[in-house]
Amino acid sequence: MEALIEAALRLAAPLLLAALGELVIERAGLIDIGIEGTMLTGAFAGFVVAVASGSALAGVAAAACAGVAVGGLFAAFTVLGRVDQIVVGTAVNLLALGATGAGSRALYGGAPPSAPTLGPVAQGLLGELPWLGALLFSQTAFLHVGLLLTLAIGFGLARTLPGLRLRAVGESARAADAEGVSVPAVRILAVLIGSSLAGVGGAALSLAQSDSFTEGMTAGRGFIALAIVIFGRWSSLGVLLASLFFGFVSALQFRLQARGSGIPYPVFLMFPYLVTLAVLALATGRARAPADLGRPYAREGA
Amino acid sequence: MSEALLALLSGSVGSLAAWTATLRETAPLLVTGLAVALAFRGGVWNIGAEGQLLAGALCATVVATRLCVGAPALVLVPAVALAGALGGALFGGLAGVLRATRGVSEVISTILLNFVASCLVALAIHGPLQEVARAYPKSDPFPAAAMLPAFGRVHAGLLVALVLAFGLQGLVFRTPFGFRLRAVGLAPTAARFAGISPERIALSTLALSGALAGLAGAFEVAGVTGQLYEGLSAGTGYTAIAVALLARLQPLWVIPSALLFGALEAGAAAMQREAGVPAVVTQVVQGAVILLAVGLSIGKRRGPRLLGRALPEDA
Repeated sequence: MEALIEAALRLAAPLLLAALGELVIERAGLIDIGIEGTMLTGAFAGFVVAVASGSALAGVAAAACAGVAVGGLFAAFTVLGRVDQIVVGTAVNLLALGATGAGSRALYGGAPPSAPTLGPVAQGLLGELPWLGALLFSQTAFLHVGLLLTLAIGFGLARTLPGLRLRAVGESARAADAEGVSVPAVRILAVLIGSSLAGVGGAALSLAQSDSFTEGMTAGRGFIALAIVIFGRWSSLGVLLASLFFGFVSALQFRLQARGSGIPYPVFLMFPYLVTLAVLALATGRARAPADLGRPYAREGA
Repeated sequence: MSEALLALLSGSVGSLAAWTATLRETAPLLVTGLAVALAFRGGVWNIGAEGQLLAGALCATVVATRLCVGAPALVLVPAVALAGALGGALFGGLAGVLRATRGVSEVISTILLNFVASCLVALAIHGPLQEVARAYPKSDPFPAAAMLPAFGRVHAGLLVALVLAFGLQGLVFRTPFGFRLRAVGLAPTAARFAGISPERIALSTLALSGALAGLAGAFEVAGVTGQLYEGLSAGTGYTAIAVALLARLQPLWVIPSALLFGALEAGAAAMQREAGVPAVVTQVVQGAVILLAVGLSIGKRRGPRLLGRALPEDA
């Protein structure tokens, strides 16, 4: 049981980071399905820089920067150009998949080396504490950053002025604009922040869960993060719980798979996607979505 | 660099064989491109052409290698095509039902169903549909009677696809259904006040769009590969989005658009063979084309605007 929960937390970390990023973006009124490609780019950039510099931390920083770059592309088209967000998100995903695939073949010729990874935050005495040691201290910093960000984003959105402005832009861009809030500025900033989190979430895959980059290694986790935001009803605490749920489902999947039950492996591969679909069908949280979600904003006559 | 470009050109339009390869790549892109164009017209974000194509290929394979093995070509070929369309319609329709009854955004459900479909294909060819010899994870080869008639190496599916393009142009712009589809895509609230149910239109659009993508899958297995295996479609359903957008969602314009991307696919394969440039760079080109196609329309407010909007509850 302890091992199962430990695995669940480990698998939840990248989902949590990406979903928190998507949460920030969606609360500002944008749907970014390019989050999958943003994660993938983060995983790739983090891996490349970590290998080149020998430092996993430098890799994480690079992943955040890569996320910002991809987010900048998304924001340029959707906020400034007011182009359809789904279309741009799809393009971002294609670009990321192609560019990281071609990049990894060009750099490593199909045989990527091992990257330095981010280890558990505390070994030694703390790590040997019963339960707590295994559950918290044997985890990598990706989880702890995610937990801290859950609190920070929850507090920031609910209790701070920038958070209020961000929510206002997401709920009613027109009203926010009338109040003197710059809708494009807030939305662009939200996309950049959210995308950097998604980039770091990607790095959690290539620098903690594994020590390598493989083509398309996010395998739909960005899309699951989208579902997590819906399932979590657009609140940071909800996103945390939903991420833990999906982490647990994945851990359970690997556990059952390893046990060798005679069930063919594609059934297990299908499992997370089916669970996501089922959860979406059962969670009727539509009414809680930010009211201006997905709507490009233009001033009258602009 | 110039070597790569030369390989790209000679591999796509440089010879009769190259043209054949281009046309073979064009057929599935044309049909799935039409599927996406139809859906986007109706403001339905079907990102699931990939999964619907695979579902279609799967059902077509069931019919060809299991259910109707001994049937004559006159029966088998239409049955295979129909099974493909049905499989795709089932997957598209599932997303439509989830949206109509549970309010699940079709963007996410169709993407998730892509993964489900590829897992189902893997499951089938490791299990009930695996070849009798059980040596490799692939299906039995299709009986000759199940294969589409071909002219050289270009199968008749391309011809059907061309007819479909004209048919859909008529459907979208000349029929009551097409009118409702465009109305819902342009102004769902106005359409609702005019007595059109956006949910119902979305459901039938998704099923129809899925049927087209599924047909493309049937054409692939019964026209090109002659069997089902993993990696049957390397992202055709995603490329289809670029195809449809470049065509500005006009069914007839999907024809040249699909031809362009077909040439790109065929040329990229040649480029990888001869110049060692990985074919995945075509995805970069596809992404760039999408951004270019929509980027050019910035300032000209056109196209469906249903995206991501929860319809007002009181409407």
